[in-house]
Amino acid sequence: MYVPAVSELLDKRLVIVTGKGGVGKSTVALALGLAAAAEGRRTIVCEVSSQEHTSHVFHRARVGFHEVEMADNLWAMFRSRIFSYLTAATPGLRELVTIGKMWEVAQPDRKVKKGRKYDLVIVDAPATGAGVGFLQTPRTFANIARVGPIKAQAEALEAFIVNHRKTGAAIVALPEEMPVNETVALERQLTEEVDVAVDRVYMNALYPERFSKPDVERLESACGKTNGPLRAAYRAALSESRRAAAQREQLARLAELVRAPVRTLPFVFVPQLGVEEIRELAKGMH
Amino acid sequence: MAGVAELLDGKRVCICAGSGGVGKTTSSAAIAAGMAARGKKVAVLTIDPAKRLADSLGLPELGNEERRVDPALFAQAGIETNGGELWAMMLDAKATFDELVRRHAYQQLSAALAGSQEYMAMEKLFELHAEARYDLLVLDTPPTRNALEFLEAPRRLMQFIEGRALQVFMKPTGLGMKVFGRGTSMVFSVLRRITGVEVLEDLSEFFQAFSGMLGGFRERAKRVNELLANPETCFLVVCGPQGEPVTEAVYFHRKLVEAKLPFGGVIVNKVHYESELPDYGEGFAAELAEALGDDDLARRVLMNFDDYRALAARDRRNIKRLTAEMRARAVIQVPYLDTDVHDLSGLMQINEYLFAAGAKERTAIAAG
Ligand SMILES: Nc1ncnc2c1ncn2[C@@H]1O[C@H](COP(=O)(O)OP(=O)(O)O)[C@@H](O)[C@H]1O
Ligand SMILES: Nc1ncnc2c1ncn2[C@@H]1O[C@H](COP(=O)(O)OP(=O)(O)O)[C@@H](O)[C@H]1O
Ligand SMILES: [Mg+2]
Ligand SMILES: [Mg+2]
Repeated sequence: MYVPAVSELLDKRLVIVTGKGGVGKSTVALALGLAAAAEGRRTIVCEVSSQEHTSHVFHRARVGFHEVEMADNLWAMFRSRIFSYLTAATPGLRELVTIGKMWEVAQPDRKVKKGRKYDLVIVDAPATGAGVGFLQTPRTFANIARVGPIKAQAEALEAFIVNHRKTGAAIVALPEEMPVNETVALERQLTEEVDVAVDRVYMNALYPERFSKPDVERLESACGKTNGPLRAAYRAALSESRRAAAQREQLARLAELVRAPVRTLPFVFVPQLGVEEIRELAKGMH
Repeated sequence: MAGVAELLDGKRVCICAGSGGVGKTTSSAAIAAGMAARGKKVAVLTIDPAKRLADSLGLPELGNEERRVDPALFAQAGIETNGGELWAMMLDAKATFDELVRRHAYQQLSAALAGSQEYMAMEKLFELHAEARYDLLVLDTPPTRNALEFLEAPRRLMQFIEGRALQVFMKPTGLGMKVFGRGTSMVFSVLRRITGVEVLEDLSEFFQAFSGMLGGFRERAKRVNELLANPETCFLVVCGPQGEPVTEAVYFHRKLVEAKLPFGGVIVNKVHYESELPDYGEGFAAELAEALGDDDLARRVLMNFDDYRALAARDRRNIKRLTAEMRARAVIQVPYLDTDVHDLSGLMQINEYLFAAGAKERTAIAAG
């Protein structure tokens, strides 16, 4: 099977980073943004959910519906809270307008006066608790409105999303049973129902395999014979090796069940991921 | 600080809320099993149990009927139920809602209608509560984007039906202007630029058609809301020990209090207990190498230990912040177990912590 290199993924105009809540979408979106910016691409990461992870990581003040430079070649865009509040009350409208904005930002000739031009727009998409509704909004609206500008607009957005040359999706997964199942279902939905190209699956937060089987046996026998910090250190090692092994099973399941190429990202043992850690992750995006 | 049994004393409904992946389903199932083991007739309404857990409890498929978990499973796990019963239901909320909407022409909308799953879960809860066949109902909430979405579902649905949302759009100088102030014009210009002004008219027709079709919904939604506010209801917030989930739990707690909804406490799940990862003194590396007789293995064990201690330090810091915010409210810490929780004995292991009388007892259990 032909696997596009990550730089080809970043050659697209729009990359949608999706997955279930808390799996690491914002982290991966930002890492992809940093990877693209490091290659000299003018990149913007658009946060669609309300948590404003990017500004948090970069210690910037919370911003409204504008574009803010975060690092060389890297901008970020957030929605204002008022915007969320106003559109939240109308089902689907929030999503439609958001996709519309992403589309606008990705245009070579932007509609906004003096709009900055970007090579790449990375969308940190909302969690897929309710499936792929977000990406299907244009189609839903196009179907509801039979004529008029809303139909034309919705159809243009729809055409952009399903353009495999320009738009791609990356799914973020975790090495646990349910997240793997959900990733498999999500890939199917994205490919078959939405018809967006799924280019990558990132298995995030994978524990390192630090201990071999003989190591584990030695630690198990040592564990029973001692107390205090020594015993605690052995127990921590045994916990990790159990989790790492369970995670490898889930990684194998994922690799078998999805069609897109799978890449792994290591679990980073720090209290809070910062720019430096995410830059580090960005180097392993291939 | 109390355990779950004390928090649920005199309660008929327990709602486990929180964002996805933190352990809501596990906690709900554990609480239900734990209360059943204390002689209660309990039903747990769950949305998305891991397959292994569902299988092991004998719940092979989705359906909107509750099923009794085989008492033999309790016996096998060595649990005395004292006449208690555990019932479980895997709610197929999407199907229920679609069924409701299918009769009408606006099928496409059900996917777009945010909160429909949440709402259906609450409907089911309401129904079972009205039937009064159980001592306790435990509701696992759907994997929403954030915990609040769940709470807002009835209000949102009501708003939607009454077309209030639309009125805000239709009258930019009226209510909308007062509520949203100057920002409104910016939002409107964005909406206009992207979708065209006609969007409002298109939607208006659409909403009018929709608003008539769900006659009894409004009244129901109101009664569901009343059930949530009932003093016999108890909200437990489930979160992880990382930064954002804790922040979200604090926020959710505040919202519950503001909305005058009965808040019980917070369950912090998957905690790296510090008692398991004690401080060590100088010379520990040498001690490890000596004890293991293998420098390389000792080095890796130490590196791993330090990584875990970093996480334990993070967890402790976040839980301290959470505890301060909660004042006297219960904050129950459940450790990150080595393996997933996929059967009754796993749930019972979680319950040792959930039902322990207090934080000290929990620490003692963790220390083994
Ligand atoms: N590889 C990783 N190692 C350690 N922590 C991670 C990793 N990826 C993400 N995290 C942390 O997990 C949490 C959730 O990640 P985030 O990117 O915000 O997820 P999402 O956007 O999907 O909700 C954050 O605290 C983040 O710092
Ligand atoms: N305390 C724990 N220690 C280890 N694994 C846990 C713990 N609690 C939950 N899990 C596991 O984490 C995963 C997610 O839990 P789940 O209850 O399904 O989360 P949610 O319902 O909030 O999405 C499951 O695989 C479950 O077995
Ligand atoms: Mg995020
Ligand atoms: Mg769940």
